Amino acid sequence: MSTPLLSFRDVNFGYRRGQPILHRVSFDLLTGRITAIVGPNGVGKTTLLYLALGWLTAWSGDILLEGQPLNGYGRLERGRRIALVPQSESTPFDYTVFEYVLMGRAPHLPPLGTPSPDDQEIVWQALEKVGLTALAAQPVPQLSSGERQLMLLARAIVQTPRLLLLDEPTAHLDLHNKARLLDLLRQLRADGVTLLMTNHEPDVVLALADDVLLMETGQPPQAGPLGQLFTAEHLSRIYRLPVRLVEIDGRKQVLWT
Amino acid sequence: MTAVSAAHSAERDRRRRIILLFSFLALVLAAVVSLLAGRYPAPGLIPLPRLAEDDLAVRLVFGLRLPRLLTAILLGMTLGGAGMVFQYLFNNPLVEPGFLGVSQGAAFGAAFVIVLMGGATVPVQISAAVFALAGLGFSSLLARRLRYGGWVLRLVLAGIAVSALFSAGVGLLKYLADPLRQLPELTFWLLGGLAGITWERLFSVLPLTLPGLLLLLLFRWRLNLLSLGEATAFSLGAAPGRERWLLILAAVLPTAALISISGMVGWVGLIVPHIARRLFGAEARFSLPASMLLGGFFVLLCDDLARLLLAGEIPLGVLTALFGALIFLALMIFQKPKVRK
Repeated sequence: MSTPLLSFRDVNFGYRRGQPILHRVSFDLLTGRITAIVGPNGVGKTTLLYLALGWLTAWSGDILLEGQPLNGYGRLERGRRIALVPQSESTPFDYTVFEYVLMGRAPHLPPLGTPSPDDQEIVWQALEKVGLTALAAQPVPQLSSGERQLMLLARAIVQTPRLLLLDEPTAHLDLHNKARLLDLLRQLRADGVTLLMTNHEPDVVLALADDVLLMETGQPPQAGPLGQLFTAEHLSRIYRLPVRLVEIDGRKQVLWT
Repeated sequence: MTAVSAAHSAERDRRRRIILLFSFLALVLAAVVSLLAGRYPAPGLIPLPRLAEDDLAVRLVFGLRLPRLLTAILLGMTLGGAGMVFQYLFNNPLVEPGFLGVSQGAAFGAAFVIVLMGGATVPVQISAAVFALAGLGFSSLLARRLRYGGWVLRLVLAGIAVSALFSAGVGLLKYLADPLRQLPELTFWLLGGLAGITWERLFSVLPLTLPGLLLLLLFRWRLNLLSLGEATAFSLGAAPGRERWLLILAAVLPTAALISISGMVGWVGLIVPHIARRLFGAEARFSLPASMLLGGFFVLLCDDLARLLLAGEIPLGVLTALFGALIFLALMIFQKPKVRK
């Protein structure tokens, strides 16, 4: 079996001494799969994403990227391998969509370098891919939340990452934009990108994820294929709410209350 | 489709470069005119032939006006550039380099020497620069101790507190000052002005100013990354903590050096970056050099008015505040509605 793209080995972490949030977290992400982190609010899902990014440093345990310790990578090497689509990111400045996405090329530039025409071409291709070409000259503060999400995805795409971290990528999106985003994420998976996302929407998880990382307060998280872990029994327990899984037109749906 | 759009963005960059070049030429032209403008031999421009025959005119133009107008340009470039950098670093269009306790620190340092130590020029300068940096130091130390909010918020809060302490100190020193000798000198310093600038004073600030401005210009594209917030900047391969401190120092050191010879000159660091972004867009590759050029232009014009408008000197800080605030109001009132193609 090949090396997993990302591995957590007995990772412990907390923001304050003596108050661990993540306890003995271990899992592997396999290349080219989509993993959804599922669990109640405040259980540490976003924290886990930021640990995988290297932004937060684990108290103990190992985080390995392609078999090597994540903190051993240089800043630019890491930036070319891992991209982040944060849940909320705002700027008070009137960058155009094009200028904003162009910043995703930063890890590919030499120190103090500025983007070349090649970098700009890569940005145009990404904008075309996510369907924002027409908005390229639009100031970012004027975008709708759906357009903003697509723009953040385009910025991640031009980083050409192997691991893409997404924090609630479908929050605030209408059905049309949600479907469009799911399509794009599937395309990225087909291109060999590995995705790790937090998500609160069961229908998105069911439609998209291959694997699930189930997080439960006070328990070590469980990792495994969607079919095994995303069950009525597990969901009812972690959300402390009776949940049913039903099949409509061959697609599974989660029903609650 | 992409080829056409790519050509479009290249065209926009080219246009912005041309406007930058044009701004630079306008600044040079304004400098030449300012050099010739004055009240000797008569109010108005000095006739060029006069420079060949009149020794006093030569000394006036090259010994007094030239260092003064170069200082005005440098002061404007520093305040405009540093203001822009601070606004990006703090992700907030309402901050300027003075706000981390720097301006009030400098004011306190100058007041301290003027009131308690007699107020010779060089000690005033040194004390102003030292206390400006002490303001930055206190603010950052305090920010580390605060147990509230994120890094940016803590720095802002600490800066507000330190500024308030220093301005209370300035108030106390004003109260203690001898109303006949010290108070006028202190007041004059607090209002800002370039009347006493000599080549020597200009040279004394260059070792801090030029490297700082050069560093800011070298980092101009990276400023964009740092304006997106720490985690995002990190994900794009930046080292947000280290790069931020480097750029804060590169902005504050030249500011402290220049304030120490010019006195308090307000509003430039706040208003000029706004105008630069309005004209050149947010992308710091263009807006930062634009802010420096416009700052130089703005302070040069204000200083020309300061020395030419009346027979006596008008304090420079009064004029920058007056015109800065007027322009600011005009921008807010006549702002274009936020719909663009």
